[in-house]
Amino acid sequence: MRETFWTLAALISHWRRRPGNLATLVLGLAIATALWSGVQALNAQARKSYDAATAAISGGGGRTLLASRGGLFDQDLFVKLRRAGVEVSPVLEGAAQIGEQHIHIIGVEPVSLPRHSPIAHSRRRAEVLEDFFSDRGRAFAAPQTLRRLDLAEGAQPRTARGRQLPPLAALAEAPPGAVVVDIGVAQRLLDRPGKLSRLVIVDDEALDEDRLKRVAGDALRLVASNDESELSRLTDSFHLNLTAFGFLAFLVGLFIVHAAYGLAFEQRLPTLRTLRALGVAGPNLVAAMTLEIAVLTCVAGGAGVIGGYAIAQTLLPDVAKSLESLYGAQISESLAPDARWGLSGLVMAGAGAVLAAASGLIKALRLPPLSVARPIAWRAAHHRYLRRQAALAVLALVAAACAYRFGEGVASGFAVIGFSLLAAALFLPVALAGVLALGERLARRPLARWFFADGRQEISGLSLALMALLIALAANIGVGGMVEGFRQTFLRWLDARLVAEIYFEAATPADARDIESWARAQPDIVAILPVWRARTRIGEWPVDVVGMTPHETYTAHFPLIEAAPDVWIALFAQDGVLVSEQLARRLGVGLGATLDIPTSTQDWRARIVGVFPDYGNPKGQLRIDHEKLKRYFDDASGVHYSLRVASKATTRVVENMQRRFGGKVARLVDQSEIKALSTEIFERTFAVTTALNTLTLIVSGVALFASLLTLSDMQQARIAPVWALGATRRELAGLEMIRVIAFAAGAAVLATPLGLFMTWSLVAIVNVAAFGWRLPFQMFPTQWLVVFLIALCAAFFAALVPVARLARAAPTELLKVFSNER
Amino acid sequence: MPENLEATRESAPMLRVEGLRKSYPTPQGRIPVLRGVDFTLDAGASLALTGESGSGKSTLLHLVGALDDADSGEVILDGVALTLLSEHARAAIRREKIGVVFQQFNLIPSLTVAENLSFQAHLGGRYDAAWQKELTHRLGLAELSARYPEELSGGQQQRVAIGRALAVRPKLLLADEPTGNLDEATGDKVMSLALDLVAATGCAFLMATHSERLAARLQRRVRLDSGVLAAQ
Amino acid sequence: MSADRPNGSRECIGSAISRRSALLLALSSSGALAQGFGELGANRPGFAIPQPGTPLVFPKDHGAHPDFGAEWWYLTANLTGADGASYGVQWTLFRFALAPNSTRAGWDDRNVWMAHAAATNAGEHLFAQKFARGGIGQAGVEATPFRAYVDDWLLETRDDSAGAGIERLRVSAGDKNFAYALDLTATGPIVLQGEGGYSRKSEAGQASYYYSQPFFTADGSVSIHGRKTQASGRAWMDREWSSQPLGPDQKGWDWFALHFDGGAKLMLYRMRSVKAAPYLFGNWIDANGATSPVAREDIAIAPLETTRIADRAVPTRWRVQFESRGVDIETRPLNPRSWMGTEPAYWEGPIRFSGSHEGEGYLEMTGY
Repeated sequence: MRETFWTLAALISHWRRRPGNLATLVLGLAIATALWSGVQALNAQARKSYDAATAAISGGGGRTLLASRGGLFDQDLFVKLRRAGVEVSPVLEGAAQIGEQHIHIIGVEPVSLPRHSPIAHSRRRAEVLEDFFSDRGRAFAAPQTLRRLDLAEGAQPRTARGRQLPPLAALAEAPPGAVVVDIGVAQRLLDRPGKLSRLVIVDDEALDEDRLKRVAGDALRLVASNDESELSRLTDSFHLNLTAFGFLAFLVGLFIVHAAYGLAFEQRLPTLRTLRALGVAGPNLVAAMTLEIAVLTCVAGGAGVIGGYAIAQTLLPDVAKSLESLYGAQISESLAPDARWGLSGLVMAGAGAVLAAASGLIKALRLPPLSVARPIAWRAAHHRYLRRQAALAVLALVAAACAYRFGEGVASGFAVIGFSLLAAALFLPVALAGVLALGERLARRPLARWFFADGRQEISGLSLALMALLIALAANIGVGGMVEGFRQTFLRWLDARLVAEIYFEAATPADARDIESWARAQPDIVAILPVWRARTRIGEWPVDVVGMTPHETYTAHFPLIEAAPDVWIALFAQDGVLVSEQLARRLGVGLGATLDIPTSTQDWRARIVGVFPDYGNPKGQLRIDHEKLKRYFDDASGVHYSLRVASKATTRVVENMQRRFGGKVARLVDQSEIKALSTEIFERTFAVTTALNTLTLIVSGVALFASLLTLSDMQQARIAPVWALGATRRELAGLEMIRVIAFAAGAAVLATPLGLFMTWSLVAIVNVAAFGWRLPFQMFPTQWLVVFLIALCAAFFAALVPVARLARAAPTELLKVFSNER
Repeated sequence: MPENLEATRESAPMLRVEGLRKSYPTPQGRIPVLRGVDFTLDAGASLALTGESGSGKSTLLHLVGALDDADSGEVILDGVALTLLSEHARAAIRREKIGVVFQQFNLIPSLTVAENLSFQAHLGGRYDAAWQKELTHRLGLAELSARYPEELSGGQQQRVAIGRALAVRPKLLLADEPTGNLDEATGDKVMSLALDLVAATGCAFLMATHSERLAARLQRRVRLDSGVLAAQ
Repeated sequence: MSADRPNGSRECIGSAISRRSALLLALSSSGALAQGFGELGANRPGFAIPQPGTPLVFPKDHGAHPDFGAEWWYLTANLTGADGASYGVQWTLFRFALAPNSTRAGWDDRNVWMAHAAATNAGEHLFAQKFARGGIGQAGVEATPFRAYVDDWLLETRDDSAGAGIERLRVSAGDKNFAYALDLTATGPIVLQGEGGYSRKSEAGQASYYYSQPFFTADGSVSIHGRKTQASGRAWMDREWSSQPLGPDQKGWDWFALHFDGGAKLMLYRMRSVKAAPYLFGNWIDANGATSPVAREDIAIAPLETTRIADRAVPTRWRVQFESRGVDIETRPLNPRSWMGTEPAYWEGPIRFSGSHEGEGYLEMTGY
């Protein structure tokens, strides 16, 4: 203990003399931890919000009953179950719009609500009950939801459908983005009289599948609460995506830590030897070093967790908007610190620090108390190092191949990407060494020969930073290519998909009929196309069924990935059906396959005659003939329509409709609006990815800087002899700058194919698994050029300080090398 | 001199070295450095070890200082056979019973003079404030105690190293070319100081040097030649 | 003895009685049954008030009275099992109106239904409760054919003929630990309590409509912890509805329903007040159903022994004296721990009595 203490004191005294080194180390660890824990905080926040949404009603952990076909079911089923002694509580959920904001309406029944449900359990329970039962009723929303809606307590806003909400009141227990009302009120607000969306099971042990079947037939299915949340299933891939990028950033941060710790280790090596000579046993030395790392972890990791909180808070609005627009998931935008992700950040920081310091620790353990001069060791060590790098690269490549061959899903996609990046990074020094060896052989002038030879010696010191740079550059090219490719595909697809000029949703089917008959009489309106919707469920997947009418709008424009030759005839005249790409992939079916589609009455056997892309839609979609939709689905919406309008008449028609029908039109948008909306959704989805990507690049720049700073200390020893033999400092500094930029350029060149491979993996593996669609693989050479320039700039700026230091080094500094040489 | 040798045989010597052998592996095979070295050293006695460069002086010193393993033979320090000890126990011996002064001083650059001086004593749990103070004073380091090693001259650094080695009141002080990095005058001064302190602490003192002049200042001297001792 | 029991809602009684406290009582554990009943029948504008001289009409009055604030259907049975052991069962359904004209369509209905059920033997007292909203068919009471239900708990007629009353009923309830199902057959007439069914509850004039059917024979089965026994015996049904609160100072009652072995019945209750002497009321029902009110000075009841249960001291042995009929009996519970840990909580269980007369019955005590 005493020994460890004094050893630790000696070790730590080093930082007193080298605050810059300490700063780099702490900064690297803090940045790595910050990025990681920031992403963890975002994920935790989102999960908490999903859980809150379910648990606010059920109290969490329980099971619920959902309609077997998806969608809503009759309230009579609830009564039937209760009358059979099954304790369940009814819930009706649905979406409504207040002004520009979407809200989630949750109708609950307070009398039967489980006691442990947070809403029922709140201290204001009596008020909740009283208010629900009063004639005016009451609508509860979390304070942040009220703020988002910009409404005060007591306000009674109207929904876009013209229904007035009961007076609003703040209730912290209400799930974010939701308004909780009495079940009867919800049925009115959502226009779903006598309908429910789920039943929360109050008494968990009392119901099994058999009993359910005896009472309710197969109308309902029993779902465990954890996998009930379609939301969490749908958003899983989104979060995995975030995690992967967070991890990538963490890895890049670790390169900094490794570089900084490596420097400290090299600088302290004589001290370590002296300590051993003075009687510190090897294990005690390592114990002290480990203790030092633990202290660093706490300090830097703690700072990182705080930084992560800041990052998460900055990114949260974007994440929340992506999740809302993509999945309709409501995330609370006030980030609550959580011990769990803070702890996970510290654990990662500790693990990362140990990993980064591992080689130093192992060396310290094996360190003999005597310094044995080994002047010849460098070349042999260099070759050993290159051989080891190459071997590890091959190993990583094999792992990547295995992940591709045997893995499945998003995780395997990221594994492929991760191992490939690692393989390339490991191989980078080998490649650079090869180039330098070649240069050395070809060089004639002695200074040039020295330039190449000395560069080779520098590789092992710089390699980690270069690897970090390579990974960051490749990720930039890879992600940038994927996003840009997606953007172009998406916009082309939007153009093809959104042919109709106006889209509207009537408040009720009766209103729809009014508008329809009016529209037929309008000369400006060329066609009115019903796009009714119904919901069903195929296997485990919720599926939207959308109707189509035979019209040029579809037959000439509707984008299809694959189609039977007789696609439109089969669709409108036979039992043909179009499936979205996501659905086809999930169900593992393709063109020509038959599909049993649960309808209101029975299963309808249809043939798949086309597959269409449906980007951005987390749910599966079927397109069927409008007449069949009406026939098979008695709960079809009957309110969604597209209008084809004579050119330039769009604004006029929209205005006419608004004036004439007012509240009978629940939603009315023209083509440009909907395109703008879709594009915005798209941009938001990738805002976070892009932000993390940029951060990663910045971190890699810092890594390069840290490494160069490290090297510049050792540089003097290498440069002094050359200087003494007659090269100017300026000359040497210039060579150093050229060398660093050349290294960065090498990394960027290698990053391009690697980035392309990453794009391909994202497009062909990750996106397909995460979202269900596959994009065409595209290349964007201008992006590569930009990334190349970024790499050179990063190298230039990172090298600036060390090189300037070298250029201005006082001759005495260089002379010291000779007097102090060990 | 013969009286002295007589005396060492009677009472148990502080250090006894018997049949010590050591060889190093090279690509050309093992090269023997020590081929059976025997000698003893009493408490309070000093012995100079001379020899050509590469004659094995440092190797012998390292083996005696529990810094390295011998191939065979025995080093018995204060009645304890070092060769039989674990790595851990040998580290403890180094902390508590042996002071070493290196040619390169080997101070810890991030610690001040005062911290360096007391470091080994703290490490071995043998810190003694009064002795520390006396040492600092006698070595003339009081003025310098807040400085860092890189701010000291070579002679000053070596004084710190000697102080550090003696701060634990070792049973044995080892010095490996302690003045090798110093000019003659400084070296002589440092040597005088070291000898004074050795006399004051009563420890055994073994010094390797290639300087006959320096060796003459110690009580005895032996010469290492081709891996064996030749008494002089 | 119970005056110091903390009770947050007592202050509300009589004055600021609101729907909120009504709901609190119905749905939380903070109130005693007496207050629950009282407040739920609180003087709220818009509710009907019981009037003396109003004739009760059957079978219509077996059904619900949505004009009134609160109402209950109460059945207790003393049974002997095929195993020779004694059992008691209770089946109770309460209706609380949260607004006048509470019976409306669908979720707009403003009735909350509460049901308690219990099965008792000498060693066990098992109980359960249910809450439900009216309007959607989960709970309710219909007069013809008679049917009272909450979820799967039922009290309904066994007669198919139109116009049938409550002469032949079946009753069932249960939960994980207990269950019972009994057929009930009336062997005597319906008995109107008080003045032709108008029952005063205090000197101040609080009152309810109140009638009973004490002449049921019961036959069926009782399961306790899964052990099912055939059982038969006697049952007593009470019906009461009102909108009026208890007096502001009334804090609970002790209620006896006694089957004398000779065939006579005695209904007896004592309203306890914090201020005044207890308000005693009784009705002697002879074997053929003829009733005669018991004069207050003619009866005396006194606790003999208390049982410590649920942190309360509850009198579980009583002496009942009814001088003019020569009745001087001592009641003993089948199970002194017949505590209904429901919301609100109270004591209710089967008793036997001996002394001048022998017999059995049910005891209900609230407000302890």
